[in-house]
Amino acid sequence: MSTKKLYTVIIFSENTVGLLNQIAIVFTRRQLNIETLSVSPSAIEGIHKFTITTFSTEDIMDKVVKQIDKRVDILKAYYNTDEDLVFQEIALYKLSTELFLKMGAVEELIRKYNARVLEMNESCVVIQKSGHYEETQALFKELSSTIGVLQFIRSGRVAITKSKVERLSDMLAEMENKLEKKRS
Amino acid sequence: MEKQKITGSEALMKTLVAEGVDTIFGYPGGAIMPVYDCLYDYRDRIRHILVRHEQGATHAAQGYARVSGKVGVAMVTSGPAATNAITGIADALMDSTPLVVISGQVASPLLGSDAFQEIDVIGITLPITKWAYQVRRAEDIAWAISRAFYIASSGRPGPVVIDIAKDAQINKIEYEYNKVNYIRSYQPLPDVNADSVAAAAELINQAKKPLALVGQGVILSNAEKELVAFLEKADIPFGSTILGLSAVSSDHPLNKGMLGMHGNAGPNRKTNECDLLIGIGMRFDDRVTGDLKTYAKQAKIIHFDIDLAEIGKNVPTTVPVHGDAKETLAAVTALLKPAKHTDWIATFKPDEEEENQKVIQKELYPKSGQLKMGEVINKVSEASGHDGILVTDVGQNQMMGVRYFKYKRTRSVVTSGGLGTMGFGLPAAIGAKIGAPDRTVCCFLGDGGFQMTIQELGTIMQEKTNVKIIVLNNNFLGMVRQWQELFFNERYSETVMENPDFVAIAKAYNIAGRVVDKREELDGAIQEMLNHDGAYLLVATVETCGMVYPMIPAGTTVTNIIMGDN
Ligand SMILES: Cc1ncc(C[n+]2csc(CCOP(=O)(O)OP(=O)(O)O)c2C)c(N)n1
Repeated sequence: MSTKKLYTVIIFSENTVGLLNQIAIVFTRRQLNIETLSVSPSAIEGIHKFTITTFSTEDIMDKVVKQIDKRVDILKAYYNTDEDLVFQEIALYKLSTELFLKMGAVEELIRKYNARVLEMNESCVVIQKSGHYEETQALFKELSSTIGVLQFIRSGRVAITKSKVERLSDMLAEMENKLEKKRS
Repeated sequence: MEKQKITGSEALMKTLVAEGVDTIFGYPGGAIMPVYDCLYDYRDRIRHILVRHEQGATHAAQGYARVSGKVGVAMVTSGPAATNAITGIADALMDSTPLVVISGQVASPLLGSDAFQEIDVIGITLPITKWAYQVRRAEDIAWAISRAFYIASSGRPGPVVIDIAKDAQINKIEYEYNKVNYIRSYQPLPDVNADSVAAAAELINQAKKPLALVGQGVILSNAEKELVAFLEKADIPFGSTILGLSAVSSDHPLNKGMLGMHGNAGPNRKTNECDLLIGIGMRFDDRVTGDLKTYAKQAKIIHFDIDLAEIGKNVPTTVPVHGDAKETLAAVTALLKPAKHTDWIATFKPDEEEENQKVIQKELYPKSGQLKMGEVINKVSEASGHDGILVTDVGQNQMMGVRYFKYKRTRSVVTSGGLGTMGFGLPAAIGAKIGAPDRTVCCFLGDGGFQMTIQELGTIMQEKTNVKIIVLNNNFLGMVRQWQELFFNERYSETVMENPDFVAIAKAYNIAGRVVDKREELDGAIQEMLNHDGAYLLVATVETCGMVYPMIPAGTTVTNIIMGDN
């Protein structure tokens, strides 16, 4: 039996309505929980990119990706494990200004976690840190056990592959070729 | 010069005509009235069949598509009409039937406001369509409809829903039609991979005991000739899935019958004896495979399919051949060495004899007792020269129908395979007759399923559709009763049916008919039905406690075949 691990599904799609719904249906039917999700325009104009993480097995991921790929407006879906990717999440922490300043060794803490202060006023401070889940979580733990965290939010994962170009580019070129052939 | 402006509804009509549509199955209502008004001017070009329920519209469009190879078109209004159409849409997805369903929708400013008869058609149909799209502007109609036809009919076919807001039907636009035959994100015709073709040919050339499993993909890609050339060159015996039936004529020597739960013993048993299993345009459904853990473990597996998501979905594949069966079969055949597998093929004989003796003879040629379903079906098939189109409903009538009806031509079976939809038969038969007017359409129904869409007798009356309807009346929900007898200690919970006088109902619709319950009258009754000029209802009173055998209980091994002989 293959064991479950965290997979990152990267999906390129046309920019049309209802796609998130179609993708979610495939996850739901296989009882897969979406751990994180982020959507944004990709490096290629007019093409959107979904980055979704989920715990599953390779066998299931293979089937899921094919079923997503099959939808008409999906250009291509891939799945990867962490080794193939450079990835980050961004986290924001809201703290009491008073406690934050009283805490001492603030600069050290900020440096240690490679975080930065985004905003500060009389009542609260907002700190930003990006990194892997364990890293943003470690800062969260440290802050909550010392001065307490008023608000906390972590984004979905964003990831790019370690390979040089967007994998989609080759595929797009191939498709354009096909179209040319069809026309001539 | 300025172009003349037309309404969205007229744009719809023009586009339908441009896409080759001449038949629509539908039902009007508030949110689609501008389109129906426009249809009135197109009566000379488009035949509209007014069904009696929107489920009937989708099933009839399915029947039409399945026999003709064209895209079936259904048209309904918003809200309850769209929800009534759902069953047929889901059925078409499961059975890869090309369908375009056009639904009316409330005017776009009202969308999202719970307006009268507003329903989220796209939200509901996304999981059961190949594509579902809402048109809110008249200028998008031509594009959306053309795209719908392209998607429905290409690659692995399936249903598409186009939901058109009422204001888009009314507003005026400059009409422009460009046929869609390319979508960047959708590549329906995969390039054939020469390596996998070579690898497949190599495996087949080495095989001593090959078995092919033929599915509907062969019919959908018009690859019947290529299939026969392939099978004959390498001398490969085959079994068909329920939807693959009629791709090759029943009497072809390599045809070893049907696969699956109520299929023939030979191909089911041989699945676990062959050294090479070749799936062609089929999807290893659980009704075919039974328990996957014990399925064909000894064999290498080649899977021909156009849908990449099917390859490896249920069974691990040794060599996948991704592509259109017409192309891939021809490519592989070119690399095959002519072979003979006489000894292997001879091993089917004992299975055939056993099934014949334990099941078939008793079912087809009983000497006494009440009529049997198989007996009636076999006689109808014979009397129509084994050249009719079989339409079935779901249940025992379906399994008996596909077991005992025989075929000479392709596209001769219309049945709800994947979804198993009761109520499918009668409207699908209407569509089948309209899609293949020169053929005899024989529609077998159970007394239960008949009453799920019995109102379509009205459509038959109005359209004068010449369908031969055979109700196999056992006064039971037979297939459920069979499971109760076998697996639920004969506790017949809610399966007895008290039925009306079906012939009287038909008569009220001006449809001729009779009951037959005596063996000596059966031939005459069938002749009377076939000779009758027009639709006919033959109600065959069959034994109440008939059983469909052989049977592989659900979820067990394909070789675990009950013959029902003790
Ligand atoms: C819409 C729908 N409801 C319920 C079922 C479950 N079901 C499958 S077979 C069957 C019995 C069918 O009885 P009948 O139509 O009389 O046909 P028979 O089996 O007697 O030939 C039922 C209830 C179904 N397949 N479809």
